[in-house]
Amino acid sequence: MNAPLSEPVPNLKNIFDEAGVGEVLNELDEELIGLKPVKQRIREIAAYLVVSKARMNIGLETEQPSLHMCFTGNPGTGKTTVAMKMASLLYRLGYVRKDHVISVTRDDLVGQYIGHTAPKTKEVLKKAMGGVLFIDEAYYLYRPENERDYGQEAIEILLQVMENHRDDLVVILAGYKDRMDTFFRSNPGMRSRVAHHVEFPDYGDDELLEIVQRICGRQNYTLDDCATEAFREYIPLRREQPHFANARSIRNALDRARLRQANRVFEQAMSGEAEIDATALTTITAADIRSSRIFTGGV
Amino acid sequence: MRVTQGQFSFLPDLTDDEIRKQVNYAIDQGWALSVEHTEDPHPRNTYWHMWGNPMFGIRDAAAVMMELDGCRKANADDYIRINAFDNTRGVESIVMSFIVQRPAHEPGFRLQRQEGEGRMLKYSTSGYSMDRA
Repeated sequence: MNAPLSEPVPNLKNIFDEAGVGEVLNELDEELIGLKPVKQRIREIAAYLVVSKARMNIGLETEQPSLHMCFTGNPGTGKTTVAMKMASLLYRLGYVRKDHVISVTRDDLVGQYIGHTAPKTKEVLKKAMGGVLFIDEAYYLYRPENERDYGQEAIEILLQVMENHRDDLVVILAGYKDRMDTFFRSNPGMRSRVAHHVEFPDYGDDELLEIVQRICGRQNYTLDDCATEAFREYIPLRREQPHFANARSIRNALDRARLRQANRVFEQAMSGEAEIDATALTTITAADIRSSRIFTGGV
Repeated sequence: MRVTQGQFSFLPDLTDDEIRKQVNYAIDQGWALSVEHTEDPHPRNTYWHMWGNPMFGIRDAAAVMMELDGCRKANADDYIRINAFDNTRGVESIVMSFIVQRPAHEPGFRLQRQEGEGRMLKYSTSGYSMDRA
């Protein structure tokens, strides 16, 4: 059972470098802001990969671990974004054979009449084989109040494939925490097949500000210092309003600021009040943000 | 009488791994795969029964192997073959076709003689396997 002492000692650092794991982890750190539990979990999966390779090199059998995951969290915390990234990550870590993600919701899996569900679900599963199947809002699959609902059939087929084709497919479920909890309570088989339950915590104020700056950079806008200050004040105020959706709310706020900036620049150009140059077109000032109703107590 | 139709038919039966390798090759070339089965091995029997639909757009052999297992379970005593279809303009035809399962016993073909006018004989072949009820 033990490896004989004459076997070469596995060099984990070499394996780490060769597999390009460090690169993957660095990219993750740079592209995603916050999300500590997610990064932690991915780091653990990467470490497992390195150790499995080392074990394989000295002749110990390693069974592919189950990688099905469930992402829970409030709206706008990055669940869908990370799921899309996960396929390429797992592919580069060597866990899945191809790097495609098939993203589906309930409608793609459940049929409208008897006999429709099984072929529909099977088609989706066949397309996803070798990569990742991402099921958004998974709890809609299960509708206990309607006994003519075919969601249960889709769940059965999923459970079977998740167990028998562990090496061929990784399934990622995503949804809001309380509803996913209800879903799992009514489907214990699903809960036991999902090995990784990852929580997506709400973003902190600093993280949201960083996200804004990053989005601005990507869209070729800059916030001047007063604007940054204004945003810094905007975020906690928005958080207290109802229907706060983390990064999505902030992105919407930024879109509204861009609208106001466009209007302001347009007015200035039409009235001849100011010269419009490239800087004017790309800068968002405090005025564009402070005119939000949030600052006067509205939404 | 071991029927020799399609690719690899003069080789020993392909193992699952070998089938997977061939399927992966077809997928890499961008061809669509399908599974067909029949109980009549006559060489002129071009159109076998389709098992499911042709699989356009699948990215991995596991999907095809899943369909193949389903076909094997349902038709354990039939010939099963896998086809690859190339839909490039100007080609639009099957470019790979190989048998992946044979019945346990392949009885072969009989020669039928039909007597015509003036002692003229017409010959035809038919498979013994079509005799089963």
